[in-house]
Formats: sequence, structure tokens, C-alpha cells
Amino acid sequence: MSMKTLLAAASLVAMAASAQAEVKIGMITTLSGGGASLGIDTRDGFMLAMEAAGRDDVEVIIEDDQRKPDVAVQLADKMIQSEKVDILTGIVWSNLAMAVVPAATAQGKFYLSTNAAPAQLAGRGCNPNYFSVSYQNDNLHEAAGAYAKSEGYTNPFIMAPNYPAGQDSLNGFKRFYGGELAGEVYTKLGQTDYAAEIAQIRASGADSIFFFLPGGMGISFLKQYADSGVDLPVMGPAFSFDQAILQAVGEAAMGVKNGSNWSKDLDNAANAAFVSGFEEKYDRLPSLYAAYGYDTANLLLSALDVAEPSDAEAFRAALKAAEFDSVRGEFSFDTNQHPIQDIYIREVIKEGEVYTNKIVATAIEDRSSAYVDECSMN
Amino acid sequence: MSPILLAEQVLNGLQSGVMLFLMAAGLTLIFGVMGLINLAHGSLYMIGAFAAAAVAGATGSFALALVAALAAAAAAGALIELLVIRRLYARDHLDQVLATFALILILSEGTRWLFGSFPLYLNMPAGLSGTVTLPGGIVYPVYRLALIAVGIAVALGLWWLNARTRLGIRIRAGENDREMIAALGVDISKLYTLVFAIGAALAGLAGALVGAIQSVQVGMGEPVLILAFVVIVIGGIGSIKGALIGALLVGLTDTLGGVLLPELFKLFTDPATAAATGSAFASMAIYVLMAGVLIWRPTGLFGART
Repeated sequence: MSMKTLLAAASLVAMAASAQAEVKIGMITTLSGGGASLGIDTRDGFMLAMEAAGRDDVEVIIEDDQRKPDVAVQLADKMIQSEKVDILTGIVWSNLAMAVVPAATAQGKFYLSTNAAPAQLAGRGCNPNYFSVSYQNDNLHEAAGAYAKSEGYTNPFIMAPNYPAGQDSLNGFKRFYGGELAGEVYTKLGQTDYAAEIAQIRASGADSIFFFLPGGMGISFLKQYADSGVDLPVMGPAFSFDQAILQAVGEAAMGVKNGSNWSKDLDNAANAAFVSGFEEKYDRLPSLYAAYGYDTANLLLSALDVAEPSDAEAFRAALKAAEFDSVRGEFSFDTNQHPIQDIYIREVIKEGEVYTNKIVATAIEDRSSAYVDECSMN
Repeated sequence: MSPILLAEQVLNGLQSGVMLFLMAAGLTLIFGVMGLINLAHGSLYMIGAFAAAAVAGATGSFALALVAALAAAAAAGALIELLVIRRLYARDHLDQVLATFALILILSEGTRWLFGSFPLYLNMPAGLSGTVTLPGGIVYPVYRLALIAVGIAVALGLWWLNARTRLGIRIRAGENDREMIAALGVDISKLYTLVFAIGAALAGLAGALVGAIQSVQVGMGEPVLILAFVVIVIGGIGSIKGALIGALLVGLTDTLGGVLLPELFKLFTDPATAAATGSAFASMAIYVLMAGVLIWRPTGLFGART
């Protein structure tokens, strides 16, 4: 066989393969490095719902962004231009989302966020093709702020990494707390040593600590904090106390309060099916990242039942209707296409040998986002 | 800022500096003796941490974990030298960078395959947990003081090895003229394997010691590797004394910059903006330091004059 016929044959096979899948979904997420556990949970939750649906007309292409904005941009370009995906999803980190989402939606692609939802994209930068299934970045921090206020804390020390979601975090906390602060510190994204910050906390005279440090950052901080002799009440968003962090930190996180829109003990049928299905398939407890991935896949499948992404108008309306059973119970989209949902306070507990969270209170009911009025879509 | 807080931050800077020194010493030793740029040095740090976490998990002993970290990293180092690095001495630096970068990918994926992507649990020994009150009323974690002590002990040990032993004489001779010492009957390839293993063991030790207060996970070595390169550029490539001074400078600049710059910006603007801008400038501080040193001394503080 000559080279030419070989190539022709290969391209025929390629065409046949691409003819099978009618809808292509590109998932860009963090599968290596310090943020890997977040992306892996996102992917596993998403694929759990996809496989349960068993649709062979939907193809999911998964790539690792290594938590680097430049890599994420290259992957998005490749997926849009050569793989011809219809929908993008999966980005964990807000600085990566800011690099990818505006360009993708400008090219007419749909983007469904499984996690990152920076303020910029919820307000003036909102887009008809952009949906956040998870939350708006500020939400879980707002719940922690509301909790701090209700507990009567008057002098918290607050801390987050210096990137879009970190700024959203401290803004969200301050919006619902509204009082004096003992200190406000931005750390480096990916920082692993918090000795300097802990010394500042010790010297600040704070009565409590709020921190947003997802992934490996949270593990490092909690271990060092537990050994520092500073013994103040600690709170944060659920990201600082996910399943991977709790197992690596152990006893040090017991009793900590955190704001979340999901918990494995939320009482609804969809959540029960998700938690048991996830445990059975992957042999570990799901984190909130897995829950968002699972919800995103189910929302997508519900919209695909109604319309094709090629019919953008109808597909958008189907997404916006949110006709799916969310693991968070009641779920709807506001005009800026970010969720309206209840946000809870969870407490870290130990179940047998495993550290996990349980809901202790509802912090804010039917919370939308602070930036909804800045969005011109109505 | 109170003097006590400042003193505590200086201790924090010293502690991060001596841990950087463990990384940078191996890197600079390998570069000085063999002329090799080893990007995979961060992976050896990771191997040390994982070996320690695995052994501590199985036996519950931190001392055994440290021994395992040293042994695993040294063995991995020797193996890498024999299988891969040995073929690269005669090649130019670009080939070395390419090959050792490939090693990072292989070792990271290999570790992920063995241990999974989720962080492992490694805790400090109970005897070193908690805090101690130093003269002047500084409350400081015992474990971090122990890290400073270990770092100083290793620095002294390396000085003794380099200045007082036959191996040290050979290492210094190898740095100056590798053909000549080979001609004098020293088995140069055995010397190279040994030096590489020592450098690897130091990286593994740093990984295990730091892993007990941070998170043990795939990819933990690369951020430290970048800092270690900054250290050896500042200190002068190939100089162990330079690595020590450079590491302390970088540790102190990084820690104090992160604390003082936001304070400085608070004089001009509101706390929220000051915190954000200050921290942005602080992450540049060590690179500004490096640029400054290079303008003043293009070969680094203790680099060979050319």
C-alpha cells in the first residue's frame, strides 16, 4: 500500500469515527501538580454521570491544564479548532477561566463552569454562552462571613491567595461579615510555607481566622497552624476542607466550620444516588468538586435531550431551564446564568476512620450573586 | 510591627533558607563537579518525601522515615546517574536540560502511578511538635528550630567533607580539571556517581523534613527547584559557601518581603489594596535580588571569576 492510500484510508477511518459522536465536549482540568486532586474529582464526578447516561453520541475529550493559564489557552484553541468541540467545561482555577472563557464564548462555544466563577464573568463580563453550574466565587465565602457575624466574632484575620478567586473570597467574606478585621493578607498561589502568616496572626490579636486555601495550600497551612500554638476558631469556605485535605490533615481540622452549597449528607434522592455511586465506582468519598462535575454533566445531558448545541438558541434555553435533579436539591439560574441556591455551614467530623463534613446550619437561603445587576442579560 | 514579630519572621526566613540550602547544595555540587544542569533535582526531593511518608505510615517512626528518605533518594540518584546522566556529560547543556526534564515527567508519573494523585499524610514526630518560648518572649515551633539545626549541621558536615577529607579533595580537583584527576588514577565515573548520590540524598532529606509540615504530593519539588536555581545563581555556580549565603538571602528576602511590603503599601493606600499589591511585589522580590546581585557580580557572590 502506498503512502497516499494509507493516508486516505486513515482519514476515512477518522471521518467515520467523528461521524459517530454528534456532540463533542472538551474538558480542560487540572490533573497534575498541586491542584490535581481537585481536577480529578471534577473529572470523576462528570464522567460518573456521563457513563450512567450511556449515550454513545456524546464524546468527552479530557486534557490536563497543569494549573497553567498558557497551557489551558493552548488546549482550548486545540479543542475548538482541530477537535471541533461544541462545549467546553472543567476548569478549576479562576485565573485559567479568565484566560479561556471569554475567548471561547466569543467564538460561539458554550462554556459550563464546574467550579471557577470569577466576579468579572458574573457581572459586566457575563455572556449568553457562559453558565456557572457551581456558584459565583463569592458565595461560599459569603456564607462564612454570615457565620462569623452570627457567632459574634469582632476581629477576624482573613487570608486568601492572590488571584481572582482569592480576591472574590475576601470580598465575599467582608460583604456578609461587615465588621472590623484584625488583618487581611494575600498569599502566593501555590505557597507551601505559612510560617510568616501564622506569626502575623499570632501578633494581630485576632479572635478568629478565615482562610481560603484550596488543595495542597490548605494542607500545608492547617498542619503548620495546628503546630503553632495559636488556638483560635478557624473557618473558611468548603474548598479549604475538602475530602483530600481532611485526610491529609487529620485531627487538626476537627470541628472547623465551613461554608458550602453541597455536602454529602444533603437529604435528597439525587445526592444519595450520587454519593453511593461515586463511592462504589472510585472507592473514596466524593468532594464538592465531584458534586459540581456530576451536576454539570446532568445539566448538559438534560439540555441535550431537548436540543442540539448547533441550534444555539434552543440549546441555551434548555440549559437555562435547568431541568435536572441537582445533588444540591433546589437549583435554578439567575439572569446572569449563575445559580440561585441555599448555602450552608458545615462542620468537620470523623466518621469511623474517615474525616468528613456534615451540615449544621443554613447560612443564606436562595443566594444569587452580588454582581447580577451589573450583567446586561435580562 | 513589634520587634518580637520581626524576630520571629527572621527565624522563619532562616528556616526556609536552610531548607533551600539542602536543595541548592546538591544542585550546585553536581553542577560544579560534573558541569551538569539537573532539572530532576526537584523529583529527588519528592522521592524523599514520598519514601518518608510511606515508611512513617507503615512503621510510625519518624527516624526510620528519615533514613528511608535518604536511602531512597540516594539510590534513585545513583540509578539515574548510571542509566541516564552518564551519557550526557559530553553533550551540551541543552541536551542535559531536555533529558532531565524528561526525567521529571517520568518520575512524577511513576510516583502518581505508585501512590495516586491525592496528597499523603506525613506528620512530625510527637517529641518535636508544639512550641517553645525563646528568650525575649518569641513563641516558636520546636520543629522549625530543629529544621534550622539540621540545616546548620548539614552545612558544617559539607564543609568538613569538602575541606578535610580525601573525597573532598577529589571533588574539588574534579571541579578544576576532570581530565587531570582521571590521569592521576582517580576513578572519575565512580566519583561522579557518588557525588550525584550525595546531592540526591540532600534533596531527599529536605523533602522529608519539609514534607512533615507541608503536603506530600506529586509535583511538590518543582517550585522549590526554581528557588534553588535562583539560590545557586546568586551564590555563584559550584560554590557550596555561595549556596549557603544565597539560600539564606533568598529565604530572608522571600519571608520578610512578603511581610514588610504589604505593610509599606498600607502607608499609601487602603488595607485591601495594600495587601494585594504588596503580595504581588513580594513575589518579585527574590528575582529583583537576583538581578541586583548579577549586575554587581555577574558570576554570583562566590562564583569563579572568569
